[in-house]
Amino acid sequence: MTLVEFQTAFWRDLWAEADDRAPPEGPAAQPGFAVYRNTVLKGCAEALVSLYPAVHRLVGDDWMRAVALDAARAAPPAGGDLQHYGAHFPAFLDQALAGGDWPWLGEVARLDRLWSECHVAADAPVLDLHTIAALDPGRLATARLVPHPAARWRWCADWPAFSLWQAARTAAADPNPPCWHGQGALLTRPAGAVLGLAIDSADCALLEACAAGQTLGEALDAVQARHACFDPGASLGRLLQQGAFAALTEMPS
Amino acid sequence: MTRALGAGLGFKPEFAEDALAARDPGLWFEVHPENYLVAGGPRLALLEALRSTHPLSLHGVSASLGGAAPPDADHLRRLAALVDRVAPALVSEHLAWSRAGGAYAPDLLPVPRTTEALRRVVANVSRLQDALRRPVAIENPSHYLRLDHAWGEVDFLHELVRRSGCGLLVDVNNVFVSASNLGLDAAAWIDAIDGDAVMEIHVAGHRPDADPSTGLLIDSHDAPVVAPVWALLERLTARIGPRPTLLERDGHLPPFAELIAERGRAQSVLAAAPRLALEVTA
Repeated sequence: MTLVEFQTAFWRDLWAEADDRAPPEGPAAQPGFAVYRNTVLKGCAEALVSLYPAVHRLVGDDWMRAVALDAARAAPPAGGDLQHYGAHFPAFLDQALAGGDWPWLGEVARLDRLWSECHVAADAPVLDLHTIAALDPGRLATARLVPHPAARWRWCADWPAFSLWQAARTAAADPNPPCWHGQGALLTRPAGAVLGLAIDSADCALLEACAAGQTLGEALDAVQARHACFDPGASLGRLLQQGAFAALTEMPS
Repeated sequence: MTRALGAGLGFKPEFAEDALAARDPGLWFEVHPENYLVAGGPRLALLEALRSTHPLSLHGVSASLGGAAPPDADHLRRLAALVDRVAPALVSEHLAWSRAGGAYAPDLLPVPRTTEALRRVVANVSRLQDALRRPVAIENPSHYLRLDHAWGEVDFLHELVRRSGCGLLVDVNNVFVSASNLGLDAAAWIDAIDGDAVMEIHVAGHRPDADPSTGLLIDSHDAPVVAPVWALLERLTARIGPRPTLLERDGHLPPFAELIAERGRAQSVLAAAPRLALEVTA
């Protein structure tokens, strides 16, 4: 048997479900094979459990471990850097929960994912309010604000995903969101720790416009046109305060 | 500064503060580089802090050197960047495989020791060493299966060293666990290994399989080191002299002081060993 043949058979038996396994032969027929299978599946499932702590808290240990095992079999890790594993898990949850009582759980999972991305993203200085305040308004309008490499945001139109997520992450005594409406989330890492803030749809639109490379003037105009209650100063202040931007670039005059 | 590497400890973020403050002579820390293959953030900052206070060892678990395919080029590139960044005193990997078809299984899967596999492992280890521009120590994993081997493990490791120029990481707990699981003689294994090739030693705890009917021991790293494993460490270092020796503990973590006390026992074993060989320094 060649090395490829050995590994192909071993790999197939490793990931097989108990009931769809061929009658065991070769290494899979020995009691020691279960040691590898258990270690691999437990390792994948534990990675998902630790990467999705809010989902874990909401659904409990048994359900989480069961769904994590299914998700691991459906999509094993791509590499040993397991902190990047599990990008598929929110969509997997959506499918697993389709038509169920907790349609927002996938959105909570997406915020767990954004937290992980924010946690390991590149370091960069944070653009502060004073730098902006020192610029004259004309120059500011033609400048571009570059989102911080660790900044992650998401608008959830249907549910208060951020409140649900934050209550689960902090094990809040009252897990109920204050209002049952759409909500955005901003995750930033201005100084070591990941910070979370509830933001509105206009804040999210402003971040999107800046990330797309629009000048601040263009971005503010575009958001204003679609969000009647948009307060540019308050929104910009909120985002800057949270460390959402890394730099300001000006076009050469 | 040149510091002799005595007994080290597997680093856990749970005891980061104690680890950074620990000043035990010869103490160093080992981490899995996979956990630090990130662009930035507090985790990487913690590793930077640790390397400023103690020598570091990067102990890889996912290069899949026993795989039929070459190691993932992107993984090697990122690993090399981390090695450049933290300048570890030691770098090691396993004689095992864990990748197939673009997927990764978080375990150290067994390699049938054939001459074909030897050629593949030599090529893979050479790629790793070329990427990192330094020799790497290769560890003997724990065995749970009887496979069709053409080579004995010690002979296979010696030939790998001869052909690739790598060193060896002798995990004496894995030798003990494998010998128990496969009915082999652990002391004979320890006596046969070429001391000149040994760059590092591991000790760890194990436990019986949760399913007692298998009679297997599991390399679980979640318990103190048992007396027969300490005896194997003494036997090895009495013959080859001291080597950087790591206490691995991944589960059921006791308080840091307890781990340091257990690590102190390894340090005493090294202090009692004859000084026959050059010490690895950082």
